[in-house]
Amino acid sequence: MADLTSGVDEMRADYLALTRRKRMMDGILLAIFVALMVSGFMIADDRNAGGFWDGLHRVFDFPKEVLGEAVEKVGAMPAHFVNFLPSLLETINIAAVSTLLGAMLAMVLSMMSTRGMAKWPRLIPLFRRIMDIMRAMPEIVIALVLIFVMGGGPVPAMVAIAFHTTGALGKLFSEVNENASLKPVEGLQSVGANWTQRMILGVMPQVSPNYLSYALLRLEVNIRASAILGFVGAGGIGYELRNAMSWGKGQYDEAAAIFLLLFGTIIVVDQMSSVLRDRLTHGKKEKVSA
Amino acid sequence: MTMTAIDTATLKQQSEALFQRKRLMSVGLPTLVLAYLVYIFFSFDILGLVQKLEADNARALVADSYSYKTHVERDNRSGAVNIAIEGERKGAYSEGTAPEWVTLGEETVIDLGEGHVVTYGAENFVSYEIPGYGRITAQPSRSQGVQAQLPMDDAPDWINVSKNRMTVTTDVGRLTVTRNRTEVFRYFTGWELFFFTLDSPYHGVGFGGVMARALGGEASDIWQDFWTNKMWRHQDVAWAIFETILMAFLGTMGAAIMALPLAFMAARNFSPFTIVRQVTRRFFDFFRGVDALIWTIVLARAFGPGPLTGALAILITDTGTFGKVFSEALENVDEKQIEGIQSTGANPVQRYRFGVIPQVTPVLLSQILYFLESNTRSATVIGAITGGGIGLLLTQAMITQKDWEEVAYYIILIILMVMIMDWFSGWLRRKLIKGDESGR
Repeated sequence: MADLTSGVDEMRADYLALTRRKRMMDGILLAIFVALMVSGFMIADDRNAGGFWDGLHRVFDFPKEVLGEAVEKVGAMPAHFVNFLPSLLETINIAAVSTLLGAMLAMVLSMMSTRGMAKWPRLIPLFRRIMDIMRAMPEIVIALVLIFVMGGGPVPAMVAIAFHTTGALGKLFSEVNENASLKPVEGLQSVGANWTQRMILGVMPQVSPNYLSYALLRLEVNIRASAILGFVGAGGIGYELRNAMSWGKGQYDEAAAIFLLLFGTIIVVDQMSSVLRDRLTHGKKEKVSA
Repeated sequence: MTMTAIDTATLKQQSEALFQRKRLMSVGLPTLVLAYLVYIFFSFDILGLVQKLEADNARALVADSYSYKTHVERDNRSGAVNIAIEGERKGAYSEGTAPEWVTLGEETVIDLGEGHVVTYGAENFVSYEIPGYGRITAQPSRSQGVQAQLPMDDAPDWINVSKNRMTVTTDVGRLTVTRNRTEVFRYFTGWELFFFTLDSPYHGVGFGGVMARALGGEASDIWQDFWTNKMWRHQDVAWAIFETILMAFLGTMGAAIMALPLAFMAARNFSPFTIVRQVTRRFFDFFRGVDALIWTIVLARAFGPGPLTGALAILITDTGTFGKVFSEALENVDEKQIEGIQSTGANPVQRYRFGVIPQVTPVLLSQILYFLESNTRSATVIGAITGGGIGLLLTQAMITQKDWEEVAYYIILIILMVMIMDWFSGWLRRKLIKGDESGR
C-alpha cells in the first residue's frame, strides 16, 4: 500500500514537472512570437515612407474624399457604370479564361503526377517539380515580362494567371486523384482502353465534382488577381482604375465608380461560387444516398 | 411477369433518357468551352497581337538574361576610348586598364575572337577585319559622315550603311560608327561582376584565390566588397526579400490576431445576439470584398509607399478571410468536450482555454500557415504597386528595359523565396499539429 502511494506521488511530481516544462516552452514561444511581431512592425514602420502613427488619423481622408465626390456627382454614376462595363467584362473574361485553361492543363499535369494514373510513371517527380515551379511563380512576374514583349492588353494577364493557376490547381487536383479509386482504371485497361479513354471514362466521373469546386474557388481568387494585374498595365478594370486615380483631386468620381463595380463583382462572384460549390457537394451526397 | 415487363420497359426508357442526357453533356460541354474560347480569341484580338508581337524585344530579353556585353567606345571628338561592361558607369574599366582582348596604345586593337579584329586607328579611322569577307573601313568626320568602304559593292544584310551611320552585326559582336562615336560590343555568356565589381581588388582573383585571402584575414573586406557590389546590389536585394517576407508575416499574423476575437463574435454557438453576429459577418464580407488592391491604394495615401502599407493591406483583407474561416471552425466544435470541462467545475475562461482552443488550433494553424505562403506571393505583387520589397526592385529593373539579367536574377530569387516559404510553412504545420495531437 505504502509502495503504491509513493508511486502515485512520483507520478504526480513527474506530471507536474512535465506541465511546468510545457508551460515554459509555450511561454518562450509566445515571447519569441511577440518579439518578432513588435520588432517586425518597428522595422516595417521605419522603412515606410510615412510613419504608422502619423498616418493613422489620415486613413479615412482618402476614402472620405472619394466617397464625398461620388455623392456629390451621384447623377454621373450610372453613366460611369455603363462606361466601365466593357473593361469590367474584360477583367472577368481574363479571370474566367485563365481559370479554364489553367484547370484543363492542371487536369493533365495532375494525372501525369499521380501514381497509378501517370502515363509515364518514371516522370512523376518531373511533373511534380514542374507544378511546384508554376505554383511558386507570382502572376506579376510573367505579366510584366509579357507586357514588355507584346505590349499591354489582356493576353499577358491571361497567360500569367493561367500559368500560376495550373500549378495551384494541379496540386489540389492531384490530392483529389490520390483519393480516387483505381479499380475503374484497371477495369478499362483490361478491356484495352488507351490512356486518354482510361482517364476520361475511369477517373473523370469520380473526380469532376471536386475539380469543379476547386476551380470555382480559384475563379474567385483570379478575379482579384486580374484586377491587380490590370493596375500594372494588363488591361481591364484595374487599368481604368489607375487612369482614374491619376486624374487627381476633384475627379475621383470615376475611381469611386470603379471601386464600387469591383467590390460588387467580387461579392457577386464569391456568393455565386459558394452557392454552386455547396450544390456540388450537396448533389454528391444525394447521389450516394440514392 | 407483366409487372417485371413493365418495369424493364420503364427502366429501359429511363436509362435511355439518361444516356441521351450524358451524350448531350459530353458533346455540349466541350462545344460550350470551345465557343467561349473562340469568343475570347476574337475579343482579346489574338491575331492582332501576333502581328504586334515585338520579336526583337523578346530576343533582346532572352539573350540579355544569360549574357552580357562589353562596350568599347571612342568619342570621335576627343579621341578618348572608354571600356565599360553593359556600357554602365558602374561597370567601367578605369583609365588605362582594359580586358586582355583589347590592346590600348596609339592604335586600339579589339580582338573579337574567331579572327574578327577591329582597329581604332589615328584620326578617327576604323577598320574591321572579317574572315571570309574582307576588311571594312570607315573614316568618320563631322563634315562628311562616316565614309564607309566595303570590300564588295553590295552590302550583305548584316551590314547597314548610310551616310551618317554604319552598323555591322556579326556572330561575335557589333560595330556601330556614327559621326561622333565609334562603338564595339562584344558578347559574353554569364552574369559578369556578380561577385565583385572592377574597382574591387578581388575581381578576377578566382574562387580559390578569394578563399585563400579570406583565410589570410581579409574576410570582412571581401564580404564588404561583395555586399556593396554596385552592379548587383546584393545588400538591397537581401533587404527587399526580407521586406517582402516581413509584409507577409506581419500581415498574416496580424490578421489572425485580429480575426480570432471577431470570429467568436460571428460564430453561432458563441455569440448569443443575432445583430452582433450579422454585423461582424458583414464586416468580414466587406474586408474581403474590397480587394487588397483597393486597400493598398487607400492605405498608400495615408502611410506612403513601403512595407508597412503592404503589411496593413494584407492584414485587413485577410482579417475578413480568417474571420470567416475561423468562425466556421468555431461553429463545428464538439460541445461534448466543453460540457466535460464544465462538469469538472471550470469557469468560462477555462472552458474556452481547455474545451474550445485545443479543438480549433489545428484548423486555425493550418489555415494561417497556408496563407503565410500565399501571402508571400501577394506581398511581391503588392510591393510592385505600393513600392516595397522585391516587387519594387523587379518593376524598377523592368522599367530600364535593359537590365534583363537583373530581372532574371530577381525572378529566380522570387521563385526560390516562395518555394522556401512553402516548404517552411508545410514543415511548421506538420511539426505544430503533430505536437498538438501527442501533447494536449
